[in-house]
Amino acid sequence: MKIAVASGKGGTGKTTIAVNLAYVASHAGERIALLDCDVEEPNAHIFLKPKIREKHSVGVLIPEVDQKKCTLCGKCGEICQYNAIVSLPKKVLVYPELCHSCGGCALVCPEQAVAEISREIGKIEQGQAGHIWFAHGILNIGEIMSPPMIKAVKHAAPPAELIIIDAPPGTSCPVIEAVRGVDYTILVTEPTPFGLHDLKLAVGMLRTLEINFGVVINRSDLGDQGVREYCDENSIRILAEIPDDRRIAESYSRGEIICESLPEYQSIFKTLIQTVVAKTGNKLKARA
Amino acid sequence: MKELVIISGKGGTGKTSITGAFAALAGNSVLADCDVDAADLHLLLKPRIIQKHDFYGGSRALIRNELCTDCGKCREVCRFDAIEIRGPVSPHRQKTYQVDPVACEGCGLCAYFCPAQAIQFDPALNGEWYISGTNYGPMVHAQLGMAEGNSGKLVSLIRQEAKKIAEEEKIENLLIDGSPGIGCPVIASITGADQVLIITEPTLSGLHDLQRVAELTRHFHIPAMVGINKWDINEELTGEITRQAEELGLTMAGKIRYSRAVTEAQVKQMPIVEYTNDGISQDIRELWQVVMGELNKS
Repeated sequence: MKIAVASGKGGTGKTTIAVNLAYVASHAGERIALLDCDVEEPNAHIFLKPKIREKHSVGVLIPEVDQKKCTLCGKCGEICQYNAIVSLPKKVLVYPELCHSCGGCALVCPEQAVAEISREIGKIEQGQAGHIWFAHGILNIGEIMSPPMIKAVKHAAPPAELIIIDAPPGTSCPVIEAVRGVDYTILVTEPTPFGLHDLKLAVGMLRTLEINFGVVINRSDLGDQGVREYCDENSIRILAEIPDDRRIAESYSRGEIICESLPEYQSIFKTLIQTVVAKTGNKLKARA
Repeated sequence: MKELVIISGKGGTGKTSITGAFAALAGNSVLADCDVDAADLHLLLKPRIIQKHDFYGGSRALIRNELCTDCGKCREVCRFDAIEIRGPVSPHRQKTYQVDPVACEGCGLCAYFCPAQAIQFDPALNGEWYISGTNYGPMVHAQLGMAEGNSGKLVSLIRQEAKKIAEEEKIENLLIDGSPGIGCPVIASITGADQVLIITEPTLSGLHDLQRVAELTRHFHIPAMVGINKWDINEELTGEITRQAEELGLTMAGKIRYSRAVTEAQVKQMPIVEYTNDGISQDIRELWQVVMGELNKS
């Protein structure tokens, strides 16, 4: 079962929810994996402090033109929708960062002058944090496209009873890639006008993708009633509320897991994971 | 004309609240919200929309079922798993092919290779963008459609339009609210800017993300400053960030205390500096002075 933790607005507490859910589930004996798919700014490792056992490079395919075979017919440039390959009067130029790896240029070249080679866009690190299997992707600085990196992190997951995906913020391509194919998404928001506005966008995205979801309201005693009213009117389940406790903020700032540093919060996360698992029609199967 | 882009690496550090406050302090500037997939600046600045434009970022494939011969070539060439097979539609037709518009990357290979010319490949409406008026100057902003891509192109478009307005109306400052992360929309919002202000917070996550975003600004050779928001949440880390900022070649522009007034102002839909004159607004004024000084030097 795959559960994603996402939010429209950044900094609402996605990583906090993801790592604390992983913590309580693993302590209940669940075989669990946490995938940090915020490959632009991964943070889950700060809290889980995993022992990294394996690193590997992630590449995407880009064209390489054999200028000797090339007759400058221009077909490659014509088919490319991303201006990643351009046929000039004397030479074909490739702009690797713009390439979406569709393979069109290689397919249309009548001289077989275009080969596809791999270009690194980032790295995956994987390992173990207690009973939690852990992986994150780290996009190389200056790279534009994070979705292929996110896809690679999701592919790295081992068989696990429960896979928790920490998604990037926003509602665009990277988030869509992170939540595609999950059984359920937890949308984390805060009860403020910004939180509400971005929640609506995230809800719209998930409804388009036909993914089940519920909402967690973080720093729940701040702001106004807008988020609750919106959830009520749209029959959206509020799964949990976490108060604006300065001790949580301080514990977070030091990179601690709240369930460890403030054990009184364990029950919120235990109930949350049980509720979400029940929503997917599954049960937590504790290891013998 | 000087262009300042406010980014953060980590989300939720206060970019938009600070951009909104800067807009109020600047008096008359051109404003642009380049956080196109979660745009919030309009909630503080209450723009009155003057012009509305459609945004076509790329093309999208559509299979015309009446022309399709079910040969499957489209599915074979698509690398994005965007061609789905749907079940029998009639006794004569066992399966049909359909494009999943969310998965479609707009490469057009399916349309190019379709032997029956059954695939339409037309520009796709990805969102809308607006030119508006606010009490603080003209504003360019956008709304990306649900589950749409091409945010980088939309960001570039918004910046270009905002610059045009600044030049035409001879407005000195262009303030840009960026998006979190270090990927496509962030790169599109900072390349070629005069200055970047990175808003961070004294948490280990904030520090980690600051290091990555600072690497990004260095990679593109853009001068960058740092402001630490909620600095008093963890004074030790504020010290550490200040030390590291220097090592990273960033100008320390100032720090802002934690205050619940930020949320109160947001609920009242107004820039924080108009909501209160308390300490936090003083902090932001001081930050703005330093930022202006640096911007004028660049």
